[in-house]
Amino acid sequence: MAEIVIKNVRKEFGDFVAVKESSFTIEDGEFFMLLGPSGCGKTTTLRMIAGLELPTSGEIYLDGEEISQRPPSERDIAFVFQMFALYPHMNVRGNISYPLKSQGMPRAAIKEKVAEVSKILGIEDILDRPVGGLSGGDRQRVALGRAIVREPKAFMMDEPLGALDAEFREHMAEELRALHDRMGATTVYVTHDQLEAMQMGDKIVVMNNAVVEQFGTPQEIYDKPATMFVADFIGSPSMNFLPFHGQVGRDATEVSLHGAHFHIPHTREPFEGDMALGVRPEHIQLSDSAPYRAKVLAAEYLGTTQIVTLKTADGEVKARIPSHKTVTAGETLGLEFDAATITLFDRQTGRALKSELNEGVLHG
Amino acid sequence: MADVSLENVSKSFGKTVAVDDITMDISDGSFVVLLGPTGAGKTTTLRLISGLEKLDGGRIHIAGRDVGVETPAQRDVAMVFQQYSLYPHLTVRDNLAFPLRSPILKTPEDQIAKRVKQIAEVLQIPHKLDNKATELSGGEMQRVSIGRALVRDPAIYLMDEPLSSLDAKLRADLRVELKRIHADLGSTLLYVTHDQIEAMTMASHVGVLEEGRLVQYGTPKEIYEDPSSVYVASRLGLPRINILPASLFPGSHKAPQIGLRPENIRQGDGIDATVVRAEHLGDQTRLHLELQGHAITTLTDPHTEYEPNETIKITPENPLYFDASGARIV
Repeated sequence: MAEIVIKNVRKEFGDFVAVKESSFTIEDGEFFMLLGPSGCGKTTTLRMIAGLELPTSGEIYLDGEEISQRPPSERDIAFVFQMFALYPHMNVRGNISYPLKSQGMPRAAIKEKVAEVSKILGIEDILDRPVGGLSGGDRQRVALGRAIVREPKAFMMDEPLGALDAEFREHMAEELRALHDRMGATTVYVTHDQLEAMQMGDKIVVMNNAVVEQFGTPQEIYDKPATMFVADFIGSPSMNFLPFHGQVGRDATEVSLHGAHFHIPHTREPFEGDMALGVRPEHIQLSDSAPYRAKVLAAEYLGTTQIVTLKTADGEVKARIPSHKTVTAGETLGLEFDAATITLFDRQTGRALKSELNEGVLHG
Repeated sequence: MADVSLENVSKSFGKTVAVDDITMDISDGSFVVLLGPTGAGKTTTLRLISGLEKLDGGRIHIAGRDVGVETPAQRDVAMVFQQYSLYPHLTVRDNLAFPLRSPILKTPEDQIAKRVKQIAEVLQIPHKLDNKATELSGGEMQRVSIGRALVRDPAIYLMDEPLSSLDAKLRADLRVELKRIHADLGSTLLYVTHDQIEAMTMASHVGVLEEGRLVQYGTPKEIYEDPSSVYVASRLGLPRINILPASLFPGSHKAPQIGLRPENIRQGDGIDATVVRAEHLGDQTRLHLELQGHAITTLTDPHTEYEPNETIKITPENPLYFDASGARIV
């Protein structure tokens, strides 16, 4: 059981800054996601928590104790790597019991512990099999078993599902999350897959270019993105950005694009310059009469919904609408937006402008 | 462009039957997607049409011609593979022109230049024509490798998971592009994938393969709404359809199995189910429920809060029914 506090942590490799001053708290028992594109600093952050890298500056606390400069062996954290490294000459039981043997645990206690762990993972029937012939899923379960058996304070996982095909990945994601719910151990999980992060995480840290862009629950990050990067990275299709130039007051309730007026959540800060109106695909309605016109380029059937790509005077837009509505490529329609869900961004910095929608979430 | 037809086509490798008696028509101008998991026979079917594998039984016609004894080159097909294979020392222009410079085709240079320019525009890479292939991003490289097939005007384009090595965003963009290219060129296309999103969004017709057999062939809408079996119903739709004993729901059909898509579960009345977990995916929330020991997934409003172990009432809406073997009854 563990609470992990990251405080102003920074990591440099020579001239290269991998992680800029970052702070966040991982609460006891959370399934916590570090999400971002490759090279954003998420794996380095994970490795610093585990002690595989030491921070250049800043502190890391595990249950209130500072551990920033301690070696991995003194941290009581288990690391599960992307590729499941198992000992090929040992059977499943040998692989799982190895960490306990090397701790000098008595044989009877080991036996009991391995039985308990293999029951949690549903691999009791393969304990005496060599690891060589196991399926991908079973190999993964054995690797997890080896991490769990030590009962560490926390688990670090670096894209553990990265190498699996889509269908199996979905299945293992559910299994991992269910395992976490049964054991309740703090887990920090690195991924570049936004859907995986949304699906499995209690909290998400979104990183980009060595910086924490946002930190919150999946729904919060989706509904109230702090930056254009987050809005674009989370969600599929991602948020639409309609660029415009203008000004808004401290308590503005609408903006206009090419003469069409759009209601927005009450703004909480004045701004003048280049902005973008951000609207999610499912918050766009197509109507015959709306003044903001768009031409249908394509419609993609997805079962209950469809994604319609439209061309507006301000660029391409994707809308998600029920599939029973018929739209034809080439026709011109009007667009309406759900006013309460709109976010305005400063296009220069990518920062979301404060409004009644997001004021509780944004800081600074 | 031409009609392609398969008639009782079969292929085995040793004792493994890879393709089992497939009969299928790919009509001129259609975009047909073969969908199935690894090992279902998708790629083998494609390779049989292209002539890279030899038929064990059955016949393949391209534009009315029996192509059984023809070589791949004689069949007039163009293939795109999963891994892009470009000539790294050539520019994008020369990579695109390469298939047209083949000694068999003897295309005049001015025609080649015209065609390369046209295809570059379709692919939206005209500004990259003079770049070396190695100077491109992954998405651009895959577009060029698709382009290398498109410069020719074959009877049919055969594509084997061309998008699977790309990241999610790029895949979404290229899906729309491929569909647009298909519409612009009016070409006939057979596309193999295990990705249901690609099948649903791009295909005019989907062929679902199961262990070498073609188990259903129809428009994406027909396959989604009117699947012939549990297997087919499970191929399309995310989250996947819930397959449960029909007896769980009082008053339902006497069939052994009931199939409920996540959107076909109404909340508020009916029988008690226990909330296991809510997954917030942003635009939708997946609600994992337990009903008398059975796991059920449904969708719910993103902004409703559910606590684990909470009890809610659910009732089926427009369910599908299947017999014990998985065949559709109603």
